[in-house]
Amino acid sequence: MSSLPGIVAINTFREAVRDRVLYNLIFFALIMIGAAIIVGQISIGIERQVIVNLGLSAISIIGLIMAIFIGVGLVYKEIEKRTLYSLLSKPLPRWEFLTGKYVGLLITLTVNTFFMTLGLAAALFYVGRPFVRSDVSILVAIYFILLELALVTAFALFFSCFSSPMLSTLFTLGIYVAGVFAPDIRNLGDLTHNSAIQSGARAIYYVLPNFHNFNSIALAAHGDAIPLALLWQNTLYALLYVVLLLLASSAVFSRRNLK
Amino acid sequence: MSTAAIEIVGLTKDYPVGFWRKRMRRSLDSLNLQVEEGEIFGFLGPNGAGKTTTLKLLMRLIFPTAGTARILGRSIGDTRMHRDIGYLPEQPYFYDHLTARELLDYYTRFSGYPAAERRDRIARMLERVGLSSAADVQLRKFSKGMLQRVGIAQAIVHDPKVVFLDEPMSGLDPIGRREVRDIILDLKQQGRTVFFSTHILSDAEMLCDRVAVLHLGQLRGVGAPGEIVSIEVHGVEILFESREGRPLPLDLIQRATRTGQRYRIEVPEAELYPTLGQLRDCDARILSVSTVRPTLEDYFFRLVDRPKEAHAAVEVNVP
Amino acid sequence: MSSTRPTRALWLALIGVPLLFVLIVVLQKRIEGHVDAGQQNRDALMLRSPSAVKAMSLGYDSLLADIYWTRTVQYYGQHISREGGHFDLLWPLLDITTSLDPKLITAYRFGAIFLAEPNGFGAGRTDLAVNLVKRGIVANPDSWILDYDLGFLYYWHLRDYKQAAAAYLAGSRVPHAPRELAIMAARMEQKSGSIDTSRILWSQIYDSASNQATRDLALKTLKGLKAKDDEIHLDALAEEYKTRFRHYPSSIDEMRAAGLLNGIPIDPAGYPYVIGTDGKSNLDPRSTVVIPPEAQSSPAEFPH
Repeated sequence: MSSLPGIVAINTFREAVRDRVLYNLIFFALIMIGAAIIVGQISIGIERQVIVNLGLSAISIIGLIMAIFIGVGLVYKEIEKRTLYSLLSKPLPRWEFLTGKYVGLLITLTVNTFFMTLGLAAALFYVGRPFVRSDVSILVAIYFILLELALVTAFALFFSCFSSPMLSTLFTLGIYVAGVFAPDIRNLGDLTHNSAIQSGARAIYYVLPNFHNFNSIALAAHGDAIPLALLWQNTLYALLYVVLLLLASSAVFSRRNLK
Repeated sequence: MSTAAIEIVGLTKDYPVGFWRKRMRRSLDSLNLQVEEGEIFGFLGPNGAGKTTTLKLLMRLIFPTAGTARILGRSIGDTRMHRDIGYLPEQPYFYDHLTARELLDYYTRFSGYPAAERRDRIARMLERVGLSSAADVQLRKFSKGMLQRVGIAQAIVHDPKVVFLDEPMSGLDPIGRREVRDIILDLKQQGRTVFFSTHILSDAEMLCDRVAVLHLGQLRGVGAPGEIVSIEVHGVEILFESREGRPLPLDLIQRATRTGQRYRIEVPEAELYPTLGQLRDCDARILSVSTVRPTLEDYFFRLVDRPKEAHAAVEVNVP
Repeated sequence: MSSTRPTRALWLALIGVPLLFVLIVVLQKRIEGHVDAGQQNRDALMLRSPSAVKAMSLGYDSLLADIYWTRTVQYYGQHISREGGHFDLLWPLLDITTSLDPKLITAYRFGAIFLAEPNGFGAGRTDLAVNLVKRGIVANPDSWILDYDLGFLYYWHLRDYKQAAAAYLAGSRVPHAPRELAIMAARMEQKSGSIDTSRILWSQIYDSASNQATRDLALKTLKGLKAKDDEIHLDALAEEYKTRFRHYPSSIDEMRAAGLLNGIPIDPAGYPYVIGTDGKSNLDPRSTVVIPPEAQSSPAEFPH
């Protein structure tokens, strides 16, 4: 990666590693070990389901915490500590800086998720379960979690382009929760039999990032297949939304006066 | 036709103030300035004069309320032009997690040097700013002075044509200041343009081809340092103490300030020798005699008091 | 706003963002097909345990109850349109909803109707319906309406008149309970059902229903009951016709010609009834009216 955003991305990743961000993996490992031991003890025929449910949920939650809390600080920290001053005097347009920071955190999250996936596989192996073909859906579920994290990170970055980390965290969390419950907003509107409320609720539903699209933890836990079309559609959905947010972030950030 | 290294036209910056950000405070008021290639240009002014604002505007860290600027004949909005400039921010701070070597490597990547050349350049640069021994220490362990050295290194490691330094001497000890002065003179020798801000007059006097004086966001004058501030001697400061049991002349003691056993007195140049004679007569021990020169602050106070037209020695660069 | 700030990024965003939103909406419409299909599985397996959901609600159980209640109604609405809907998730959804908010009477009432209704319109689980309503009565001692629903379940689905009477009687003792409960208790004491009783019950359900699905079902059943009532009357007239002419009438028209009827009665869907060779009246095959099986199976219990 020798493109300008690539240079920034690698430095962002290096910063995360040196700031001991990946230490959370120890926490994940402890959850997995504990779960494997307990499940191994009680053995009631749903070991796989419990381990997969717990593992995927932990991957998702840990990833979310990282995406939000590191994401809102990506730009803010560089402004606050004035490291951005010397950096922007280099031949580096602001939008490329933003893209680089974004990709950097994405690399961090991917690496982190990769190790957690290994941990999950180890736990499944420990409970003495042979790997079968339907386990592919676990990998797909993890891929969907990554897409979700990519979207959450983009939101965190977007908000942090114009508000404080505290507010950005609240905004991002709010968007996430709203996005998870987006179908309920639509359904609630449909129940009213009021066409104005219905179309309003539908508009909100379509504009909100539909995070529930990416939730396939349950399917994976039951070993159900995930439709192939969903794979590329979700990928495209996340990609479009991320590009949209990066565009908006660039527009805001390119015009911002650094203090 | 030679283009100016830096060309500033009507640059103005207002900052919103107050809770509702409704009122605006003018921090820079239609600045016009031209810096020629190969010059060392001093940007003088007391704290809060608008020096840092000007530099941040030129670096596009903030955006002007009005006015434009060009560097090396190209618009400052063109980030590709940044390949040819270097910038040392005021009180620089860099990534904690990187070593000095890594930081320079990170920054020079943007200039597109191949790895081997980066390595050589960085090693030479670290040597030059006196950080060779600390090259592989994380910056979180660096002192303020060391950070300043790293800052200078990152501003010039990629061989820029125009170098902007915001208070390059601050945070440095006398040896460090001397080294920075040498670096700036070296840059001039290589034909680079150096634009630096300072509130310390002697730095400007020693280095600059020309200086500009900024006060409260307004340009007060541009010219050679000697033209701006004459090296007129204000008076003489004498530091002395009495010997055991010998009384000192009462008129001197009344005018002097006392610190412990020591007295400090400031007299006009013409009174130097008579005063020294008085002191000799009472066998006082003379510790030091030094001339008192106007500080930049003194200069500015006078500048503000007098109307603009009165500055015959100052070349006001108004188009 | 300054004219010297970068505007290219702004223009790009102003054009790009709406465009991308259009693409996103189009894509979302495609995605929701898959996701909604997977939704039912997910509800089922992740959240079957009410206590787990309650623990995870972090104190927002009443809000969560509302969300689950919405999902329940939505779930029912989605399945009613499908052929032979089984409503397997109706019980867990209602179970969770009422566990999160035990005061949500509308949820118990919904369960009383649709858990007990046979497949196609409900889950066909009268036992679970009784269970749910009993739980509701314990949690809401001030409400007589659930006693009413319990009485209805015993009467309509289970034909257990003794239990039905007990339920109505319990309801009638609740302060401010309407007189109808005592009347119903008395009717049940006669240990027999009648179309009249059923009609009163279903009318009450219709009037007090808080949602369209219940109203639709009540109206459908009331129409069926009306038709059943008509048929019983017509059958009686056909018997009378036979005693007079020694044979059953072959059509309604013959009965009218004999002066037994003043006009041609039509069912609630607008079709005249037809008479079979056994003299029994039936609905026209084109009629949309459905006589509820509960009213049809043992006509002996519905003497007029």
